[in-house]
Amino acid sequence: MKRDLTTTLLGGATLVTLLIAVGLGLSAPLDINQGSLVRLMFVHVPSAWLSYLAYGGTGLFGLLYLIRRQRRWDRLAMASAEIGLLFTVVTIVGGMLWAKPTWGTYWVWDARLTTTALSIVVYGGYLLIRSLIDDPDRRARVSAVVGIVGTLYVPVNYMAVEWWRGVHQTQTLKLLDGIRWDAAPVYLPTLFISLGAFTLLYALLLRVRGVMAAREEAREERELMNELGAAQPRAEVARG
Amino acid sequence: MTAQPRPTGPRNPDGRSGAWAVIRAVAGKDLRVAGRTRDTLLATAFFAGLVLMVLGLALSGSVRTPDQGAALAAGAIWTALALAAAVGAQRAFAQEQEAGALEQLLLYPGPHGALYLGKLLGVLPPLLLVAAFTVPAGLILFGAAEAATAAGRAVPWAALALTTVLGILGFAAGTTFYGSVTVSLRAREALLPALAFPILVPAVIATVKATALLLTDGWSAEVGTWLTFLAAFDLGTVILATLLFPFAAES
Repeated sequence: MKRDLTTTLLGGATLVTLLIAVGLGLSAPLDINQGSLVRLMFVHVPSAWLSYLAYGGTGLFGLLYLIRRQRRWDRLAMASAEIGLLFTVVTIVGGMLWAKPTWGTYWVWDARLTTTALSIVVYGGYLLIRSLIDDPDRRARVSAVVGIVGTLYVPVNYMAVEWWRGVHQTQTLKLLDGIRWDAAPVYLPTLFISLGAFTLLYALLLRVRGVMAAREEAREERELMNELGAAQPRAEVARG
Repeated sequence: MTAQPRPTGPRNPDGRSGAWAVIRAVAGKDLRVAGRTRDTLLATAFFAGLVLMVLGLALSGSVRTPDQGAALAAGAIWTALALAAAVGAQRAFAQEQEAGALEQLLLYPGPHGALYLGKLLGVLPPLLLVAAFTVPAGLILFGAAEAATAAGRAVPWAALALTTVLGILGFAAGTTFYGSVTVSLRAREALLPALAFPILVPAVIATVKATALLLTDGWSAEVGTWLTFLAAFDLGTVILATLLFPFAAES
C-alpha cells in the first residue's frame, strides 16, 4: 500500500499541538472562583468549536457536492457529520462535568444546552436518512440538502446565549460588535493553542474517515460488480 | 386523488409569469382536492384535537396560577399544531406519490422552486383552519381565556391571530420541505417528524413564548421581539427551502 505522508504529518502536528495544549492547560494558574475547574475551558470550548466546524463542513461539502456532483464531497460531508456528532457528545459530557460543581446540577433546560442536544437529533437524522437510501447518488443529493439545512443550527446555537438569557454564560471571546476577551488574559494563549490543536484534529479525523469511506465504497462497488458480472451484464441499482 | 394540473398551464415556462402560473395551478389544484375530499383536513383537525385532549387530561390538574395556565395552554396548543402540521404536510407530496403523479409534476415546465411554493400555499389554508379551532379550544380547555377575562383584560385575539399565522407559516414551510425530501423513502411517516422537528424548534419556542406572554400581560415589546424573530425564521425557511427544493425533488 502506498505511504500516505500527508496523514502522517497531519497526525504528528495534531499530536504535538495537543500535547502542548495539555501541558499549558495543566500549568495554567488556578481561577480565583473556580479553582482547577477553569481548565475544563480548554477542553469544553475547543470541542464545541470542533463540532461547529464539523457541522459547517457537512453543509459546505454538501453544497460542493450539489455544485460539482463528485462523490468525494459526499463522503467528506458524511465524515464531517459523524465527527460533529462525536464532539457534540464530548462537549455535552464536558459541560455536564463542569455544570455539576458550578451550577449544582448536570443538566438544565437552558437554551444553549437544549439546542446543543438538538444538534444530536438533527445530525442523527442526517445519518439515519443516509442509511435509508440505497442508491448512492440519490443518497448523496438528499443528504446534502438535509445537511445544508442543518447548518442553520450553528448560528442558532452560537447566539442562543444572547437571544434567550439562560444559565449558560455568554461567549467569553466576543466576536460580534468588536472582538473582546472576558476572562483573565493569562488563559487566552492556552485556549487559542487548544483551539488550534482541535482544528488540526478535525482535519486529521476528516481525512482518515474520508479515506476509509472511499475504501468502503470501492469495496462495495467491487462486490456489486462481481455479483452482477456473473448474473447480468447491466447494473441495475436498487432504488431506496 | 389525481394530480392533473389545470389544462391551462404556464404559457411562458422561463419567465416570471411561468413561476406564478405554476404556483397558482399547484396550490389551486391542492386546495380543490382538499375542499372536495376533506380527508386530510379532518384527519389533521382530529389529530390536533386529540393531542390537546391528551395534554389536557395529563396536565390540566397541575395548573395552580393563571400564569401557569397560560404557559400550559401555549405549550399544548403549539405542540398540537406542530404535530398536526407534520401530518398535514406529509400528505402534500405523499398523495402525489401514491397517485403516481409526482414524476409528471416534476416534468411540468417551470421552475421547481415554484412547485414547492405552490405546495406550501396548498398546505397553508387547511392548517390555518385547524389552528383557528385549536387555539381557542386550547385557551378554553386550559382556562387561559377565563383567567385573562377574570383579571379584567380582554384576550388579545388580533395579536394571537398574528402569532398563529406566523407560526403556522413556519411549521408548514419546514414540514412541507421535509415532506418532499422523505416522500420516496422507506418509513417516511416516522422520518418526517424526526427530521423536521429539530429544525422547527426555534419556531416552536418563539410561538410558545409569544402566546404565553400575550395571555399573561397582553402586547409588549418582548412579544414584538419574538414575532420579529418568528417572521425572520419564516422568511429564511421559505427562501432556503425554495432554493434547495429542486435538488431534493430531482429524480
